[in-house]
Amino acid sequence: MIAITIDPIDVAAAMTYLQSDQAGAIDLFLGIVRNNTQERPVDRLEYEAYDRMAITEMQKIADEAQQRWPIIRYAVIHRKGILKIGEMAVLIGVSTAHRADAFEACRYIIDTIKKTVPIWKKEVFIDGEEWVNAHP
Amino acid sequence: MDLPVSVLLFGITRDLTGQSAVTISLSQDARVSDLLNQLHQQFPPLTGIRSLLVAVNGEYAEADQLLNRNDEIALIPPVSGG
Repeated sequence: MIAITIDPIDVAAAMTYLQSDQAGAIDLFLGIVRNNTQERPVDRLEYEAYDRMAITEMQKIADEAQQRWPIIRYAVIHRKGILKIGEMAVLIGVSTAHRADAFEACRYIIDTIKKTVPIWKKEVFIDGEEWVNAHP
Repeated sequence: MDLPVSVLLFGITRDLTGQSAVTISLSQDARVSDLLNQLHQQFPPLTGIRSLLVAVNGEYAEADQLLNRNDEIALIPPVSGG
């Protein structure tokens, strides 16, 4: 399951999707909006995506993960729009027979998403705003 | 013959240009590198961005890739998902 959504991410629905009688392990990574960046207070994050390409890039990452680990099911869901402190921006879920594969595959997917998928976040501070990673 | 191409803009590139898409006129056999040069000339603030990649029809493109009239072209500033 791969998705970009403007609605809140439904963790319970993802869990249900990931469950399988063969899966002894389910790993979930939840990315949450934090209230500061390097001690500068954050008011909110604004995410935007090039949806069409973001979906295909996330699919490539999931395909690569399936080549490398014996994944039973995966869920990759990224939210976009305006997110407040405490809201969930991303969910990565992987189910496998044993836990080591689930941990490794989950980490690979989120780490690679941050490098290649065309999604952008703007940090909005009390006194300004900044697109993350945009400037040297 | 000129090759007019429409370029989708996201994130900081949209903020810097004030537009979500721009039309750029290139020469007929233009490549991705020609597009980037033209964009930098037309919008000097873009040079302050750490890196700019180009996507053609939803895939990252190399600098020497040829552009065609009906390609869907997007400028990809440094990504920051997750």
